[in-house]
Amino acid sequence: MPDATGLELIAQRVREQVAEDAVADTIYHRGQATIEVAPTSVHEVLDYLRDRDDEPWPYLMSLHGVDYLPDEPRLAVHYQLLSMERLDRLNVRARVGVDEPKLPTVVDLFPTADHQEREVFDMFGVVFEGHPDLRRILMPEDYEGFPQRRDFPMGGEPVLFTYNEHELPRWYD
Amino acid sequence: MTDRAGEVIHSELEEPITGTRLTPAEQLEPETELFTVNIGPQHPATHGVLRLFCTLEGEVVRDVKPLVGYVHTGIEKSCEDHQYWKTITFVERMDYLSYYFNAMAFCMAVERLLEEEVPPRAQYLRVAHLELNRIASHLFWLGTAILDIGAISPIFYALRDRERVLDLFEMSGGQRMHTRYFQVGGVIEDIPPGWEGEVRKFCKEFETRIDQIEDLLDQNEIFLQRTRNTGIVSEERLLALGVTGPLLRATGNPWDLRKATPYSSYDHFDFKVPVGTIGDNYDRFRVRIQEFRESLKIIEQALDGMPEGPWITTNRKVALPPRHELATSMEALIHHFKLVTEGFRVPPGEAYAAIESPRGELGCYVLADGSAKPARVHMRDPSFVNLQAVPDMARGELIADLITSVAFLDPILGGIDR
Repeated sequence: MPDATGLELIAQRVREQVAEDAVADTIYHRGQATIEVAPTSVHEVLDYLRDRDDEPWPYLMSLHGVDYLPDEPRLAVHYQLLSMERLDRLNVRARVGVDEPKLPTVVDLFPTADHQEREVFDMFGVVFEGHPDLRRILMPEDYEGFPQRRDFPMGGEPVLFTYNEHELPRWYD
Repeated sequence: MTDRAGEVIHSELEEPITGTRLTPAEQLEPETELFTVNIGPQHPATHGVLRLFCTLEGEVVRDVKPLVGYVHTGIEKSCEDHQYWKTITFVERMDYLSYYFNAMAFCMAVERLLEEEVPPRAQYLRVAHLELNRIASHLFWLGTAILDIGAISPIFYALRDRERVLDLFEMSGGQRMHTRYFQVGGVIEDIPPGWEGEVRKFCKEFETRIDQIEDLLDQNEIFLQRTRNTGIVSEERLLALGVTGPLLRATGNPWDLRKATPYSSYDHFDFKVPVGTIGDNYDRFRVRIQEFRESLKIIEQALDGMPEGPWITTNRKVALPPRHELATSMEALIHHFKLVTEGFRVPPGEAYAAIESPRGELGCYVLADGSAKPARVHMRDPSFVNLQAVPDMARGELIADLITSVAFLDPILGGIDR
């Protein structure tokens, strides 16, 4: 992990090379470095960090969504970058609100993001613009709602038993 | 295998049949006939409920789409409704063949948030169990994967030895699968007397068993023809797809988190990282066979160097006090009561912990909001990510090789769908 100073240096380079307002925040917590970027410049920042940075982060190991309820903006997508040469990890995160959850896709940079972006879309409703095949992946295709959001109730899915099979909608579709 | 649809496209047709064809098929030259075949989700060769949507030209696979989600049970959502120590039970059921690894990744992430040190004995006990679990998981893979390409007998040999490992788990943790042995801060209990001897006995016997299984397969002409030069994907492509574990190592890239970023004192052990050369299915087989031997080496070293001392952290705010203290100490009783009813609270923050599971990088992301329940648990499951390599493996090869490639990818659908 880059230490707190290293994180600031990375953030400084991103500000100089990509855009002044690309970096929203830097967080160093429990030995893990997180750089928060503006949602509109996610693609440019990851493109820069992947090859053009002095210390590149060529691989995306994990991409996951989070709901920070009650903080605003609520939703966030984390990009866990890895450098196999320096044995180092960097977390990039972008936060978006629930009213317009839109982020540019990074599938063109990291093909591994394909399924993982679909999962985040499925679970949190974050729309990745430019994704080649943005469909639900784990939930049924006709499912409504985004189950991993914190305001989605536990047990929100009615369970079909023999005693209630006629009360539940769509049971014989 | 259900032969569905079978939309025939003849090149001599003036008007191509539109609207009913699939997009990938449309992009191909309609030389002969292209048809779609649905494999799964209920099919013995798909290792669970994986559904493969194949576009075939004769017997040659032109495109394949893996469709998942048939065993999605919302484990990650359920985790948000349970205290941290109860969540371990849930995460273990994701990748149901490598339950120790799931628990390990989750415990590591929570320990990082709590800044909790794990005692050395617990670290060694964890390593011993993780490597035993790696053997059990690879054995199950071995049996079922070879079964998929037509050899019946290896599964009996493999499961016979896997039973031995499960017996060892039962002896140390009380259960054969989903043992819930790893706790935040250590392991639930010290190993019982006699466990070490049993493990040593198993290691000694299993060494010859590996040789037997290897001899059985490695000189089998059918096996070699089915696996050699099939399912090759280049190292660069695998890295771009985020594939890790034996699949990546089969191409010659020695990426192993146990070596790269050692956790749980893996740096104390002397072991090698087996790699392949071209990354075909045969290399994947060789890498996993060699990993059996390396795991045995690690287990024996862990038993030899097992440090004395506590097996779980002595921090009473996180771990339960020993049973005997409850009768004499009011403090212990209060701690016990608070931990069982309310669980421990984790200070706000987020952490990502990655370990090397039998299938690659297993990462666990935990978001804590200061309460006794995690606000978000996400598993970066290696099977889920590795599955994206199936189209690259299968394109241009026979459908029989697709079955081999899927089997040698070792996907666990419980981990993919969670």
